[in-house]
Amino acid sequence: MASFKKIARRSFLIGSAAILGGVAFGTYKYHQPAPNPLSPKEGQAALNPFVMVDQSGVTLVAPRAEMGQGVRTSWAALIAEELDVRPEAVQVIHGPAAKAYYNSAMMAEALPGRGYDASNFQHSLGQIVGHMSKFLDLQVTGGSSSMKDGFDRMRMAGATARETLKEAAAQRLGTSRALLDTEDGHVIAPDGSRIPYTELAVEAAGVDPQDAELRPAAQWKYVGKDMPRLDMVPKVTGTAGFGVDVRLDGMKFAAIRQSPHFGTGKSAFDASAAEGMPGVEKVLDLGDAVAVVASNTWLAQQAVDAIDVTWEPAPYPETTDAIFAEIDRAFEDSSNSVLRDDGDVNGLPEGAQIIEAEYRLPYLAHATMEPMNATALYTGDALQIWAPNQGPTVVQKSAADLAGLPKEAVQVHTTYLGGGFGRRIEVDYTNRAVEIAMQMRGTPVQLTWSREEDMTHDFYRPGAVARYRAAVKDGKAVMVHGKIAAQSTTVEGAGRMLGLPMGGPDKGHVDAAFNQPLAIPNFRVEGYLVKPMIPVGFWRSVAASFNGFFSDTILDEMAHAAGRDPLEFRLELARAEWEPAAKVLEKVGEMSGWTGETPEGVGRGVALAYSFGTPVAEVIEVVDEDGQIRLNKAWIAADIGRAIDPSNVEAQMFSGLAYGLSAACFGEITFDGGAVEQQNFPDYEAMRMHTMPAVEVAVLQNQTHMGGAGEPGTPPAAPALANALFDLTGKRARSLPLMHEFDLLV
Amino acid sequence: MDLPQDVPLLWVLRDEIGLTGTKFGCGIAACGACTVHIDGVATRSCQVALGDVWGEVTTIEGVGTPEAMAAIQQAWVDHQVAQCGYCQSGQIMQAASLLAENPAPSDSDIDDAMQGNLCRCGTYPRIRAAIHTAAKLMQEA
Repeated sequence: MASFKKIARRSFLIGSAAILGGVAFGTYKYHQPAPNPLSPKEGQAALNPFVMVDQSGVTLVAPRAEMGQGVRTSWAALIAEELDVRPEAVQVIHGPAAKAYYNSAMMAEALPGRGYDASNFQHSLGQIVGHMSKFLDLQVTGGSSSMKDGFDRMRMAGATARETLKEAAAQRLGTSRALLDTEDGHVIAPDGSRIPYTELAVEAAGVDPQDAELRPAAQWKYVGKDMPRLDMVPKVTGTAGFGVDVRLDGMKFAAIRQSPHFGTGKSAFDASAAEGMPGVEKVLDLGDAVAVVASNTWLAQQAVDAIDVTWEPAPYPETTDAIFAEIDRAFEDSSNSVLRDDGDVNGLPEGAQIIEAEYRLPYLAHATMEPMNATALYTGDALQIWAPNQGPTVVQKSAADLAGLPKEAVQVHTTYLGGGFGRRIEVDYTNRAVEIAMQMRGTPVQLTWSREEDMTHDFYRPGAVARYRAAVKDGKAVMVHGKIAAQSTTVEGAGRMLGLPMGGPDKGHVDAAFNQPLAIPNFRVEGYLVKPMIPVGFWRSVAASFNGFFSDTILDEMAHAAGRDPLEFRLELARAEWEPAAKVLEKVGEMSGWTGETPEGVGRGVALAYSFGTPVAEVIEVVDEDGQIRLNKAWIAADIGRAIDPSNVEAQMFSGLAYGLSAACFGEITFDGGAVEQQNFPDYEAMRMHTMPAVEVAVLQNQTHMGGAGEPGTPPAAPALANALFDLTGKRARSLPLMHEFDLLV
Repeated sequence: MDLPQDVPLLWVLRDEIGLTGTKFGCGIAACGACTVHIDGVATRSCQVALGDVWGEVTTIEGVGTPEAMAAIQQAWVDHQVAQCGYCQSGQIMQAASLLAENPAPSDSDIDDAMQGNLCRCGTYPRIRAAIHTAAKLMQEA
């Protein structure tokens, strides 16, 4: 605990330090990040790292990856709420890579504890731990954390900027700030005259920053209401700039081929066929990869495909079976964690019925619609990178190391992301662009991966195996004992991102298994870590994506063994543990008109998962149409505590569902000869217009703390569907994807 | 154009002309992100060689602009369809082609016409609603 205190104290010290490069704007307690990365020009005032005003308008900085979750709009709304500007009337930019933009909420997920039972004290502790990100330079978007992170900080940024503008106006008018008001980008004088913020920029730059109180919820204009997304018009007119849309003077286009065997290089290559091909400027040897720079991306791709390369063999088991044999072997070692150990899983009452099940889930790719890409310009003493990325400071540091430049010489421009889902928190694709740019000094080069390169060079959701033993008696849950084995995303993914070895009990590995809000008297969950083999990383909802399936499927098996209605069975367990979880179950039951009975040819399943602070219950209905099974309808109830933008939360929930259903039905990454077998979308199908169920979403706000939105919709999707298939067919799915055992509509 | 005639239209649009609204997703006509119109019909531009272009090409930039959106784009805004937005140019081009042919499509018509257009964010429920709204807007116009 001493270390937490020390960190909090250091945060205070930094918080009261002067801000460089802009107008210092006062304390907002230890939340104050520093230094201000915005460099205001003559006539501009950077009132804090998030608000810049000049004669032409107000610019808000939303330094989080806009990957579809609406963060640019919601983040801007938080600032605008207190600043008194209309979000649609101001410019919103992503801004540079900077310490000031650290994520104060994501690290809190790493704290031990179940999450849903957090006291206010633990919640505050989480906020303090979150500020460790400042020292790690963690400007990242992930962990469904943006609104938890920004909710107080950004309203405070808006409020202090507003008060500073008012102070500038007060000094001009020779009156007291207390007598002034603000509205729609103007300071309102006591006589009703209006001074636009834009006219106060120069004076505000010379005014001491002013403290402010946050307004009560009753006064909010934007927060808590449906907001038209600021990126919507650009995205429907083809004018939104994604990574692949960056166009620079003199820019060239590159394609790449990396070893199909992770972590290996090439033993020989012959590029003679590529060298004379149309449009080819240069063939590059990147050591463990080859690349071609050409006049357009397609010509570069044709040429890179023509290079004859012999790759070194894989240093890990070469087939799916051999890899899963390694995962199974992990159960023979001692467990890494026992984060839930209630009661005694060995002392069962007489007459208890035992259920034993083994579940096996595959490795998964992210398959973002926009393939990995980045554009880089290296000039010898400086480097610029344009990339759709989830971690600008991580990109910056990694590129600086690679190019042997100080961090300050590396500028990162973050574009819109054509999907992230955790893939773009990695920096492999930006580093590749840097490697190429370093061989093309003075020429900007855009590297775009082919879909095949993207599919076969991911940081995959780990394949996972769970062994469960459970017991029921007299219609009640008596015991659940789960053991889960997989490669560790914390050790490998977080370790890569932070540049630190990760030790100790791995909470992330058993998330949504040990911390489900269920009152099961004898409840034990053990995590077993598998050695690194295939590169693994953060995939929407991380380990909750497999643990959600394990922990809910065993519940469904228990409910059926106990002869109970599956929804009632869960509800009873949730009600005794945490009311908000019970409420989402009740709600989804009500929305779906759950009776426990379905007509012939129709099946329904329910699932509950708590992850990233949000309990989500889903019901899925499947129908048998002449032997083929179609997903007909889905109902989702989620308790997010406080919804900054309910319509957007709804969108995130059905999006999370679609992502989970895509994987549940069709998703698997398999290996042969050490290489990924899936190459393109036909091998890695997903929900489409005709296979996606109709969806109804209820966004509840019962719980005290704010939950996440981007990820929690995913974990319950697979078990809800598998439970529905059980209801329809009597066949229990203990592995995914479901297409192998069920005749699903494709 | 001084280009090999086998360069796909997609890459001519994006890398040579600088019309970046049309997106690259898969290169094998499996996702629909590159959909454009040739003579008004939705076509996967990654599969059309420059030398084979048989008619007038319209891209998302030709449908409407931020200042003057087409009805279909307005419907997309009304329903707040886009999430990451990367596939939406292709979705809109495909839907526009459907509506040109069938001014009042049923849900099943939409399923048939739109199933080649992948969206990894799963925006399908709102795409469906926006197509119905666009159909109404276009009939009223």
